[in-house]
Parts: sequence; structure tokens; C-alpha cells
Amino acid sequence: MQAFDYVAPKSLSEAVSLLEQKGERARVLSGGTDLIVQVRENRRDVDLIVDGKKVAELMELSFDSQSGLTLGACVPCVRFYEDAQISQLYPGLNDAALLIGGTQIQNRASFGGNLCNSSPAADSIPALIAHSAVCLIAGSGGTHTVAVEDFCTGPGRNVLGPKELLVSFHVPPPPKHFGAHYLRFIPRNEMDIAVVGCGASLEMESDLRTVKKARVSLGAVAPTPLLVAEAAAALEGRELDDSAIENAAAAARAAARPITDMRGTEEYRVHLAGVLTRRALETSLERAKED
Amino acid sequence: MNPTEVMEPAKTDVEKKYKVIGTRPIRHDGVDKVTGRAVYGADVQLPGMLHGKVLRSPHAHANIKSINTAKAEALYGVKAVMTAADFPDAGSRTANLGELGEVPLKPMCDNVMASDKAVYHGHAVAAVAATSPHIAEEALKLIEVDYEVLPPVMDVLKAMDEDSPLVHEDLYTDELGEKSSKPSNVASHTRHVKGDLSQGFAAADHVLEREYRCATVHQGYIEPHAATAMWNPDGYLTMWVTTQGAFTVRTSVHQILDIPVSKLKVIPTEIGGGFGGKIPVYGEPVAAVLSRKARRPVKVVMDRTEVFLATGPTSGSYVKLKMGVTNEGRITAAETMLAYEAGGYPGSIVALGGICMFAPYNIDNTTIDMYDVVVNKPKTAAYRAPGAPNSEFAVECMLDEFCQILDMDPMEIRLKNGAKEGDIQSHGIPHPRIGCLETTEAARDCEHYQTPLEGPNRGRGVASGYWVNAGLTSSVTARLNGDGTVTLQEGSTDIGGTRTSIAMQLAEVLGIPVEDVVPSVVDTDSVGYTEVTGGSRVTFATGWAAYNAGQAIKSQLIEQAAEIWKVDEDQVSLADGVITTTNGDSRSMTIKELAADLSQKGIDVGSRETVTPQNHGGAYATHVVDVEVDPDTGKVTILRYTAVQDAGRAIHPSYVEGQMQGGVVQGIGWALNEEYFYNKDGLLMNASFLDYRMPTSLDLPMIETIIVEVPNPGHPYGVRGVGEVPIVPPQAAISNAIARAVGVRLGDLPMSPQTVVKALSAKS
Repeated sequence: MQAFDYVAPKSLSEAVSLLEQKGERARVLSGGTDLIVQVRENRRDVDLIVDGKKVAELMELSFDSQSGLTLGACVPCVRFYEDAQISQLYPGLNDAALLIGGTQIQNRASFGGNLCNSSPAADSIPALIAHSAVCLIAGSGGTHTVAVEDFCTGPGRNVLGPKELLVSFHVPPPPKHFGAHYLRFIPRNEMDIAVVGCGASLEMESDLRTVKKARVSLGAVAPTPLLVAEAAAALEGRELDDSAIENAAAAARAAARPITDMRGTEEYRVHLAGVLTRRALETSLERAKED
Repeated sequence: MNPTEVMEPAKTDVEKKYKVIGTRPIRHDGVDKVTGRAVYGADVQLPGMLHGKVLRSPHAHANIKSINTAKAEALYGVKAVMTAADFPDAGSRTANLGELGEVPLKPMCDNVMASDKAVYHGHAVAAVAATSPHIAEEALKLIEVDYEVLPPVMDVLKAMDEDSPLVHEDLYTDELGEKSSKPSNVASHTRHVKGDLSQGFAAADHVLEREYRCATVHQGYIEPHAATAMWNPDGYLTMWVTTQGAFTVRTSVHQILDIPVSKLKVIPTEIGGGFGGKIPVYGEPVAAVLSRKARRPVKVVMDRTEVFLATGPTSGSYVKLKMGVTNEGRITAAETMLAYEAGGYPGSIVALGGICMFAPYNIDNTTIDMYDVVVNKPKTAAYRAPGAPNSEFAVECMLDEFCQILDMDPMEIRLKNGAKEGDIQSHGIPHPRIGCLETTEAARDCEHYQTPLEGPNRGRGVASGYWVNAGLTSSVTARLNGDGTVTLQEGSTDIGGTRTSIAMQLAEVLGIPVEDVVPSVVDTDSVGYTEVTGGSRVTFATGWAAYNAGQAIKSQLIEQAAEIWKVDEDQVSLADGVITTTNGDSRSMTIKELAADLSQKGIDVGSRETVTPQNHGGAYATHVVDVEVDPDTGKVTILRYTAVQDAGRAIHPSYVEGQMQGGVVQGIGWALNEEYFYNKDGLLMNASFLDYRMPTSLDLPMIETIIVEVPNPGHPYGVRGVGEVPIVPPQAAISNAIARAVGVRLGDLPMSPQTVVKALSAKS
């Protein structure tokens, strides 16, 4: 490991200007649960670490019934799930926040860091996609937005330019009769990376049987987390019975194009994509009924 | 429900009543360990100390054509660089590894650092000592190694093929005592024959033949290897090492570096687990050579990845088994072939796999063929009951299959065939007094087994296990202090609470509280020769040395008291820490009073003891497990687990229970998820605790324990080793439970969720 510099800017503009100076040799630090390990294990070379945790916009966590949720990129999981109102309004995100690492990791790790690390198996990304989250990105040219499902471009790669940083997520306010769920499969009960992860959300008609809108997202079955539009299409406008759920699960299996590695075979991951889609939808429905 | 239940002592031992033995005192090293004061391998700090780092092969199999270290040597902060060329020529010398026997020195040296070829991914090829670990790491990147990459062979059966790539061009098979004419990856083939197989199978009503495989698994001790060396200019070398055997390290380093043992002192640090994996040397000779070259102390600490890549996993294995039983459930014959991976150099533990395989049963006709096979994986090391889980897994699974065919209770078939004293084992040796039947009976009668299991996708599995245990040499030095306490120096590094279990045996002899014995683990200059902490032998053998020391102190005290009281020694006795006359004149004094008096007079009371006991006696265990299988994901949840085991005599029952629980946990990991995962190029892809999936506390229920006590007649207190046998039954117990839960029999380990799903879909 080589020596590197560390700066904690106090404002967004200062952070952007630091990134402008160092370009690809700089890296934004959020919780550091991925970045510090990568640097220590010689998997990433950096000259400058820019700590985002002193920038107000990156640490914002707020909810407004009109505009929805603002979730700063560096907000740790613990702040999310300890906020009684927000954690209840966004149950899929809450599932993910509670699944990432153990308590010590959750005190540091953030949704923003998880997304920018861009692992195909990241736990928070399918949950963000299920909740239709949008990223606010800042650079020298100002800010722009990107839907979370369009953010990752490959394992460890994403749309961020070398001089840009993720500021926050914006998630619409949950509609009526809404439920969401994220779950993953791991061979152990903790301390593991998803073999497959699945986020789902359902907005039901007032009969609580017909699906108005659905979103299904899969992790660890492709180079990037996937939004499975075919699964939503199999559900929207239909009654959510066993056959509809099976059609969505089949769509998930068809969309999955995983690899075989030490965490699971291709065949097993395709199978799990179907199992988890079914389970994610069933729990989302229960939550929508309680909503 | 009481998780722990100690059985009444067996009838053979009713006359004995103990004061200290069988109690549960707080361990002597407990405060240091819970307050973080205890010094482990990586905690050693010396003035001017350098940090050593090791360069490792990125290939599974490659000739090393050249190594250029010039750029690394030139880096600021680098004080020494070494390669295998810095070791003296091993020639045809051999090294004695005690429990592991006599081994040629060249492979041992080459495993520490590759000379001409790298034979596994992560094999050490060079090392650097620098003023900081970061500089040492950077220097490694500057070392240029020219490799000629060769095709690797990773599978034990493929390695046995005629046309397999050869791990060593100069390895010839020792084929039943004859050397083969052609080089091969098979280092040896040995055989045990008892009775007549054809007669045995002719008498059987049912015959099964199956194949069983175990993946390569690691011991997973929590503390990585660490060694610090200070090679003084006067030629004296001092080493601080986390090891299972300070004397074994001394012997190994003495042989590899060809220096006299008298110039080498090994100081064992506290040790964070070993399970057999901290018997071989890795960074120790490297730190020594770097220290000699740099003329400064050098510490070499592995990280977890290095531990997985380059230190002892246990053998992956292939077992073929054919057994026959009568309609009444009597086993008539068993024929088996065991092929164990040795890793990159010969010397798997297949022989013990053979010896233990059928030891829980009395079978008249058996043939066991054993193959030791090299593959491009790290050189295997001992791992808790080394060799036994692989082979006994096969027997225990097949017995359960027979139970289903015969509609027979799993305990019944085990009791019907169970081994007892005098039965001849498959390698021709009769069993001594063993507790096989008593253990199985206790398992059959326990509350867990007697409580029916209900619910879908749930099943109960049973399996037994045997481990041979070890005796070997142990030494202690004991001295009575002026305040009546006893200082006890011992050569056995303390992994499982043995300071206390040894001290308890000395305290029992003198009738003093164990807190009045002050045990310490000392260096190789300060106590007599002591073999490794392994083979479940320390409480048995080192405890015996302490027993002898207690007896010696007792007779010295009686002698001194007789002198003071002017009576014959046979008129003085010592009990409960008090010395009294037995001639009726009612004189008495406490050990403390006598000790103070003797101390004033300058009379030393103490003893040096060395023992090499032979009759260590084997250990038996029977386990019961309830599982639930998720048929959609294949995940297996352990609902309830009970381990029953013969401890001979439980000196400190909490430590016995801890060993039983620890063995079960490692067995569960081995059963369900642990495996070395290699890519097609033979590179290890899961060298971390993240992806090498050992169970966490969240994956386990409380492991219930039942201690059975069938005293070992080969020990003054009846002790049997307890540390290893509990890792033997879990794999088969879980496989049998899965079979009864969802109707698929899994003979390949690990039984990971994806293999369960695959088997379920193949069935439907």
C-alpha cells in the first residue's frame, strides 16, 4: 500500500474542485467499508481520498410528502433504519439497510457507497431500483439525474465521470396500497454476499388484489443489477395469484444471465432468481395490505 | 432443557473420589485473555524489528526459471531479500516431525520456499524484510520471477491417471513396499487386510457400493501464523512463534537451516487455535534467514489470504466403499479404497483414515487400500482427527442407508455391531478398554433422541465416530514455593485450557486448590522435551507428567516432615493439603507451613518429569442432529444437535464440553459449506472468511453435550483425549438427517444449498 492524502471538504463545491484537480487518482470516501479494504489489499491505487461526510448535502436524510425521500450519499444505514417514519415508508430500503454487514458496518456503510462501488451483488441496489430511486450527480458542469437502474455499467463500473460525485438519492413518496421488499439468498445466516438478491415493489388497486404497478429488480445475476421489466409486465393490471407470481418468477429466470463462481453456479442462480422473485412479491403484497 | 449432563461415573471407577478433578475452576490464563493482555504471535515487538513479507506464486504449477531481486533490494527501507537459495542444500537429509513421522527434508524446505518449482497457487518464492510492512509489500512487486507455467492437476482421481501431469517428475510410488518404475502422483499405496472378503460378502443379504468425496477444507484457526526471529551475530537464534509445538519448531528450523539445536531457542507465544495446522513451519525459517541477513529482528505475519493459500488444509478425498449386512443388521464385510490429496508434497494422513474407518464396529472381513496422492494444492497438514472424518463419513452414511433398507433403528445397528475390548481392529491390533457401546447407549437414551421430531422437510440423523488419540513425550518442571504454592512449567502450548487441566491433576495429588498451582508455558531452554499439542494428548500425557511431579513433591514433603518429627516416613501421610502422622500422636501441619519452614532452611522441593505414555486409548462419539431443509433454496438449518462422547475422565468438564462443541461446529462447516474453490487454472478463488464459509454463531443452535466416562486404564485418572473425535460424526449425521428429511442421499461434501437443490431436482 502506498501513502495517500486525505481531505474532508466542508462543501459540495470544495469536494467537486478537489475531484477536478486529481481526476481518476481521487476517490470519494463514504463509510469506507469497501474503499479502505480495497486500498489496504492493493486492489485500488489512490493519491487522494475525499471524505464526503462533512458535506451537508451528502449527509441529508429527509422526507417530504410531496417530493418524497432525500437520502444523502454518505448517510449510514443506521440513520436510515433508526428513523421510525422513513424506515416504515420505504420498507425495501429498510430491508437492505438491515442486511448490509453487521451492526458495526451499518454504522459506517451507506447506500451511496454501496451504489458507487457498483458490485453486481450489492444489497441496496435492487432495493433502490424497486423503490424507483433516482441519483443526483454533481460535477463541474452542475448537477444531473440518473435512474438507479441506469447507474451501473459493469462490475465495479458506473456512469460517474472521473470528476463527478453522487450527492443523494431521491425516492418518490410511496403511493397508497404500496408494499416493497428486498431479500437475498446466502448460504449462511449472516456475514455473506448475496448469491442472488431481489427487490420488488407493488402498488395495488384498492381491491388489494389487482396490481396497479410493479417493479422487480435482481442482483448478482448479471454484470449489473437488473430491472426486470418483463416481470412487471406479467403482473400489472392482473390479479396477484399464484399463476401471476409464477409468470413473474419465470420472467426473472429468463432475465437472469449469471456466471458460475465460488458463490454459486449459473444454474443455481437462475433457479434462485425465480424463488426470490416469488418470495419478494409475496412479502410486498402482505405489506401493501397492511399499508 | 439442560444443555449439559454428566453421566454417573462408570462402575469400574466407583472407588475414586476427587477433590479437584471434575470441578470447573476459572482458567489461569483467563484474565490475560479477556483483557487483551495476552501476547499472541503478531503482538511481539522488539527494538529495531523489521517486517517480513512473502512473495507467492500466482500460478498453481510452474517451473521457476529465474528470480531477480535487485530492484527490491534497492528500494529505500528494504534491509534484506531472500529466496530458497539462501537455505542450505537439503540433500537427502530427513526431518522428524513426531506425530507426523520421519519425512525427507527437501520437500519440507521446498514447501517453506520453492526452489525449482512452484506446486500450488500461493507457494512462497521469495521474501523481503523492510522497515515497515508497507515498504515490504511494495518491494515484493519489484521482484521479477520468470515462470514456465505448467498444467495443474487438482483432482485426486485425475492425479492418479496414467497420463496426468506430474507434480514431481522424480516421485515414484511406494506400491505395497515396492518402488514403481515410472514416476507418478501416487506417493504410496498401502493395504490392511483382515479375514476373507469373499466369504464375508457371501454371508451378506444386502450389499451396497458407493462413492464419497470430501472437498479440501481448512482448519480456520482465528489467529494467522506469525513468527519473529532474532539471529544474533554470535550465532544464537531466538524465535517467538505461535505454534502447537515449540520443540517441533526448534527441530524443523534446526534441520532446514542446518544449525545446532543448542543455538536455537523457541519461545511459544499464546496461540489462537491450531487444530493441527500450526505444527508445520512456514514463516519461521524465513524470518530467521531474513534476520541473519539484515542483522536485525524480523517478524513475519501472514494475512488471512496467505493462511488459506499456503498453509495446511486437510486432504480432499475420494472414498469407494462396499459393505454387506445380514437381514439381522450384522455387518459381514467391508471393502474400501481411500485416495487422499497430500497437496503439493507427499504425506497425506490417509493411514489414519484407514485405521479409524471401521474402528466403531467389529467386522470380521475388511480390506482397506490407501493412496497418498500429490496434487497442485497446498501441502496438507493435520486437522483435528486428521484423516478420520473423510473415511468414517462413508461408513456412517452407508450404515444409515442399510437402516432404511432393513427398517432398523440407527442406534440398534450401531450397538449390534459395536466394538468392544479385545475385538481385533482392521489393522490387526486388539481394542483396549473402550467406551464405544456405552457412548452409543447414552445417545440412544438421551432426551433428544427419545423426543420425536415432527414437521415437513425435517429429519433426524445419527452418526458415530472414532479417533485413535496419541500419547507421545511430555515434560513438566514443578517447584514448591515458600508460600505453599507450586510453580508448574510445561512444554505444551495451551490451546484448549490445558494449563488448568494439567494443573488440576497436580493439585489433586497434593490435595491443594488448583489456584495454588501456577502453571506457565515456557521456552525450549526451560523445560524437558515436549511433543506437539496435538493428538488430543496434552491433558492425557502432560497431565500425567504433572501427576508424577505431584507424587514426587508429595513424597519429598513426607520425607521432610518425617525428618522434622523424627518418625519413619511410613508414619506420615499427606491428604487435602495437610501432612499428618499416622502413628496416633496427632501431629500435623499444612503444606503451607512446611513449605515456609523448608524455604527458610534453603531446602528445595520440586521435580522434573518426562513421560511417554503408550496406552492413550481411543475416543468414541455418537451424535444426533435434527435438520430442516428449505426445498426451494436447498438451505439446511440445524434445529438441534446433541454430541455424546466418552471422555474417560473429564478433568475439567467445561473444557471437555467446549472441545465437543468446537468439533461439532467445525464438522457442521465441513458438512454444509466449506470448500477450497479453484478456477480452471488451479487458482484458489475463495481465500477469505467471506467466501470460505465457516459457520458463524448465527448458523448454529446451542450444541448440547453429554459426557460419558469409561475410564482409560492407561492413565492414573482414566483420562482419554477429547479434542478431536467430535469433528468426526457431524458430516454423516447431517447427510443422514437430510436423507430422512427430503429423501436425497448426499455423498459429496460440502452439501451446499446448490447441491441439495440439484439432488432434489434430479429426484423429482
